[in-house]
Amino acid sequence: MSDFLRSYLTVGIFALLAVIMVALMLTLASVLRPERPQKQKYISYESGVDPVGEGWSQSRLRYYLFGLLFVMFDVEAVFIFPWATRLETYGVFGLVEMAIFIFILALGLFYAWRKRVLQWV
Amino acid sequence: MSPSVDWAALLPQIFLGGGSLVMLTLGTLVRKRAPWWLPNVLGIGLTLAAFGSVVWQWVRVQDPSRGAFSTIAGTVQIDGFAVFLSGVVVIAALLALVFAPFSIRRAGLPPEEFSVLLLLSAAGGVTLASANDLIVLFLGLEVLSIAAYVLAALDLRRAGSQEAGLKYFVLGAFASAFFLYGAALIYGAAGSTKLDSVAAALAAGAGSNARGMLLAGFALLLVGLFFKVAAVPFHAWTPDVYEGAPSPAVAYMAAGVKAAGFAALLRLFAGTFSASSADWRPAVAVVAVITVLAGSALGVISGDVRRLLAYSSIGHAGFILVGLESAGANGTSASLLYLGVYAFMALGSFAVVMVMGRDASGSQPLAAYDGLARRSPWLALGFTLLLLAQAGLPFTTGFWAKFEVIGAAVQSRTYWLAAVSMLGAVVAAFVYLRLVVRMYLVRPGADGDALASQKSGVGLADDSRSGDEDSDSRPPVAVPRSVGFVVAVCAAVTLFFGVWPAPLLNLAGDATLAVLGG
Repeated sequence: MSDFLRSYLTVGIFALLAVIMVALMLTLASVLRPERPQKQKYISYESGVDPVGEGWSQSRLRYYLFGLLFVMFDVEAVFIFPWATRLETYGVFGLVEMAIFIFILALGLFYAWRKRVLQWV
Repeated sequence: MSPSVDWAALLPQIFLGGGSLVMLTLGTLVRKRAPWWLPNVLGIGLTLAAFGSVVWQWVRVQDPSRGAFSTIAGTVQIDGFAVFLSGVVVIAALLALVFAPFSIRRAGLPPEEFSVLLLLSAAGGVTLASANDLIVLFLGLEVLSIAAYVLAALDLRRAGSQEAGLKYFVLGAFASAFFLYGAALIYGAAGSTKLDSVAAALAAGAGSNARGMLLAGFALLLVGLFFKVAAVPFHAWTPDVYEGAPSPAVAYMAAGVKAAGFAALLRLFAGTFSASSADWRPAVAVVAVITVLAGSALGVISGDVRRLLAYSSIGHAGFILVGLESAGANGTSASLLYLGVYAFMALGSFAVVMVMGRDASGSQPLAAYDGLARRSPWLALGFTLLLLAQAGLPFTTGFWAKFEVIGAAVQSRTYWLAAVSMLGAVVAAFVYLRLVVRMYLVRPGADGDALASQKSGVGLADDSRSGDEDSDSRPPVAVPRSVGFVVAVCAAVTLFFGVWPAPLLNLAGDATLAVLGG
């Protein structure tokens, strides 16, 4: 086994320990705790108030659309930060590349705007 | 720092990708609603331009004094292989755009988005075919796939289409993750993402000290790409997506996306990893056999024509994998030939399936084809030709494709693989012949089941129940000129090059895979 893979051994041991710990604690708790089941105890907890209605509910589509647009700029930031830290090395070439990248992303925002996704009505 | 860019190498991507972005932006700028055919015509123009530049690249690459070349610091490589498969992807997009208007009109697809997504997907396919770097390969794969996910869900009013899009997206994202992890492990084992450096490192024995990592990388890359080309056991999405998605998108998926996925498989495994072919060949052989057999067998039991063609496309993927398994120049050119001729068969077949429509439940039972030869003889003739070619009958291109692939397997001395794939071809022939028999010999309503499933058909016959036994009172299928053109072109290509295969064989033989340094 190479050194590279051996360093993953630590991760494996930790993962195994985590599984053992959780299993141990859950088993111990189920052995030690008193158990008196009541129907009320199985209702889902809503800050002490009795839950009303269904577990499924519809939310407005525009939250989803805004979420999608947010992801667009989130991903943009992921690419801009590493580029910014190495700005000098990439020089004008990097600047032009990043400008093209942002321009294409902006086209997407433009499309969303023209399709009236940004109107909150 | 800035690498030199040979813009001529990127012309197809500029036409397809750049053109589609301009189209998308202009489409949102104009106040007045553009006529529905305009995006379609623009898309056809752009794909024609892309095809022209592909032809020009082919001439340049085949010129012995110039040959294959790479650009952008060796991350993009234009060789015969890349240009051939770029051509297949572009033709798939072109023909899909030609017969799309029928579907756009009937199902109410958004015309602009359809053209834009198809062009973007084709741009990804071209990038994938000419990538010489694991990162660029992944980039092409994602551009290709993400556009295809949306295309599958584009028939917004039909729940089946949305189901297809969601399934394709979720499973496809999984496969992309597999691919990416595999690429990371290969980078770890070989020390570079550039394919020529990886090939050199493997030839120099780079894998020997990190063998587990290398093998895991191969396995993960194979899983990711097997999903994209719909090889068993990573095929489960195919029938559902092919059944639900709009037909022009399905035709493009079967012809173009499959070709692009195989471009990645062939370039990576037959090209870059050829030094360790002893490691991956057994895995590919097993998957090829399962894919051929399962694709044929499942086609036999499916009662829906779209699902049947989906299983048949799985079976064809198995045959192309047989070409990959033989791991040599012969096998690669056989796979390329197969991809090229299958593109035409798939495009033509799905054009026919599109005009035959869906019944109320959104499916298309086999009974819809009963007695089609009497109602619409030309349509039936074209479809018969395409089906016989898929079955691999002599005097069609399908025969030569299967012949070359199995010949490559025999040459690399995997006789059992050749024998089993021939068996699979026989089983698959039953599937296609059954449809042909239904078109020519079965009277509509001859069996009760077929009649019952035809009830309240949309594009199917409405009055078949009232028709008496002898005469078929159903009206002929309305075939628009665009669809007739595509079917005629595909059938003509299939028949012409089936009788006179030399130019096609030479073309695939010249499409060599080069491993160049950057």
